[in-house]
Amino acid sequence: MTRLSWFNVVSLTVGFAFLYIPILILVIYSFNESKLVTVWAGFSTKWYAELMQNEAFLNAAWVTVKVAVFSSTIATVLGTMAAYVLVRGGRFTGRTVFSGMVYAPLVMPEVITGLSLLLLFIGLNLDRGVLTIVLAHATFSMCYVSVVVSARLMTFDRALEEAALDLGASPFEAFRLVTLPIIAPSVIAGWLLAFSLSLDDLVIASFTSGPSATTLPIKIFSAVRLGVSPEINALSTIMIAIVTLGVITASLITKRNAVRQQRDQQLAERTS
Amino acid sequence: MQTEVFAPWDDPDQKPLIRFKSVKKQFGDFTAIQDLSLDIFEKEFFALLGPSGCGKTTMMRMLAGFETPTSGSIELAGQDIGSVPPNKRSVNMMFQSYALFPHLSIWENIAFGLKRSKMPKGEIEARVEEMLRLTRLEKFKARKPHQISGGQRQRVALARSLAKAPKLLLLDEPLAALDKKLRQDTQFELMDIQEKTGTTFVIVTHDQEEAMTVASRVAVMDEGRLMQVSTPATIYEAPNSVYVADFIGEVNILSGHAKPAGDGLYAVTWADGQPPVIAASNTPYSDGQQVHLAIRPEKVAISEAKPDAENAVEGKVLDIAYLGNLSTYHIALAGGQIIKAQTANTQRISRRSFTWEDTVWLSWTPTAGVLLDQ
Ligand SMILES: Nc1ncnc2c1ncn2[C@@H]1O[C@H](COP(=O)(O)OP(=O)(O)OP(=O)(O)O)[C@@H](O)[C@H]1O
Ligand SMILES: [Mg+2]
Repeated sequence: MTRLSWFNVVSLTVGFAFLYIPILILVIYSFNESKLVTVWAGFSTKWYAELMQNEAFLNAAWVTVKVAVFSSTIATVLGTMAAYVLVRGGRFTGRTVFSGMVYAPLVMPEVITGLSLLLLFIGLNLDRGVLTIVLAHATFSMCYVSVVVSARLMTFDRALEEAALDLGASPFEAFRLVTLPIIAPSVIAGWLLAFSLSLDDLVIASFTSGPSATTLPIKIFSAVRLGVSPEINALSTIMIAIVTLGVITASLITKRNAVRQQRDQQLAERTS
Repeated sequence: MQTEVFAPWDDPDQKPLIRFKSVKKQFGDFTAIQDLSLDIFEKEFFALLGPSGCGKTTMMRMLAGFETPTSGSIELAGQDIGSVPPNKRSVNMMFQSYALFPHLSIWENIAFGLKRSKMPKGEIEARVEEMLRLTRLEKFKARKPHQISGGQRQRVALARSLAKAPKLLLLDEPLAALDKKLRQDTQFELMDIQEKTGTTFVIVTHDQEEAMTVASRVAVMDEGRLMQVSTPATIYEAPNSVYVADFIGEVNILSGHAKPAGDGLYAVTWADGQPPVIAASNTPYSDGQQVHLAIRPEKVAISEAKPDAENAVEGKVLDIAYLGNLSTYHIALAGGQIIKAQTANTQRISRRSFTWEDTVWLSWTPTAGVLLDQ
């Protein structure tokens, strides 16, 4: 183990403090007895109980989860397809234009994306609700999936697909049986990214949601404007817990895979 | 010998399995294959040999269907396969990189192609087991490709491409990753498999010894062109150009001018102060024509005293390369030319008769070399 110099210790502390003190405060105050957010009055879980009774919040949470699952799934399918065509399609006419167009929404201000989607939905006479939020989220998170998946495809050995074709697989079978299983980790990573982007999106959702469906971030945002309540702290703490759990699970899976890979490799070297 | 009976290329009634008809392949404005015509026959073991970048892999990829010729056509069993996609051709390829599916077990890798056909499950299992036995991989069938050694991987790639019993099997430098011993074993294994299955093999190799060992015919390529297509023995003993002679094995080249000396013999004046050498040739040359005499080191005899031979020159031993079974002497002539002569070390403890700086005589018969005009 290398010893850290005092400079490193200080920068580490300051950095982490900067990142986590606000979150820590939020978590602590979610267990506050008092209704006043700034005054500590003892430990209690009553705001969590209250939250479970709050129909509006529960509805919004349910809408958010539904939207995230559907939109990230759609985005993953479309984004993977786009990445596949852009990486594999060779130099077809308009390739540069297409790849530029796929990545443009990454840098587009969200307000503009939201506004243009709103205009589209009004033009199409679509009632704003779960469907419109799902479509909007799928649209903007698709580019993120496409970026993640095409990075993996760039390093994918083309000969594997050719081998599959050579052995009589149709191009679709080659994709389904060879390419997809091998790039699955990055497709899943793309899905997770799209899922979390959808979970915390406020701007685009606020353009495309309607009275029939509100997402959690919108709900929280509008509630906070009337004053921060301990209930919202509790809700946020639950969200933090879910996200943390997700991150830990994901890194454990990655770690386990790496360890197994290493063990297999050693086995191969011993037997060779 | 099999090669004596098996010579479909000499039989004008034989229909070739593969026919390249004036095939040309361009990548952008770079021409990888130039106007290439070639027939390959059923049950042949055909070797493509040539320097890096001469277009060997490109030819294989056109046969497998991954590249289409820019012009010309390729026929498989009499049918133009230009518009047939790779998955519809009864051609299988063993990739240079093996291209094993990393997420599937050895068993599933071998079964992959069979499962794509309409073969019943029981038959697939029987066929995979047969392939595992043939390539001696039974013990490893449950492992993944990264859990086996390089040589085993290579055998999986071979088993996978053989499993569908294709009409034509393409092997792109299949043994490049193996050590010499294992490579030789596998070469014989390949020949054995080829004899058992009757499949037509086309093999790409960098290794001329490998081509000579396994092939019924060898094609020597250079810059997208076929230089010579012949049996290994013909390529070695009767190359049609200096390029081919030089590419296959070691050779001495004496360049000069021919002068007919009757009886199919030619006197070649090749260096000032040296007597002309006498060489026999079936191809006629005119008086004064520029020719090259290609002569293999093992056909040059080396002796202490001046021998009684048609061609004899004197020189000094410059270098001796001891190769175990053979010794190659590099002899410098008076004019500065260097000629290589090879002798077999038939005795275990041979008294070395020549050493550095010794003056020796080199000699060879008129039929020992070939006269070439290019
Ligand atoms: N897709 C491609 N685009 C452009 N040029 C290519 C392409 N494929 C091959 N070439 C060129 O065509 C030539 C022949 O390539 P090929 O792969 O057939 O060589 P090779 O004989 O197999 O060489 P090696 O022995 O090194 O494998 C090379 O000069 C190569 O650069
Ligand atoms: Mg090659």
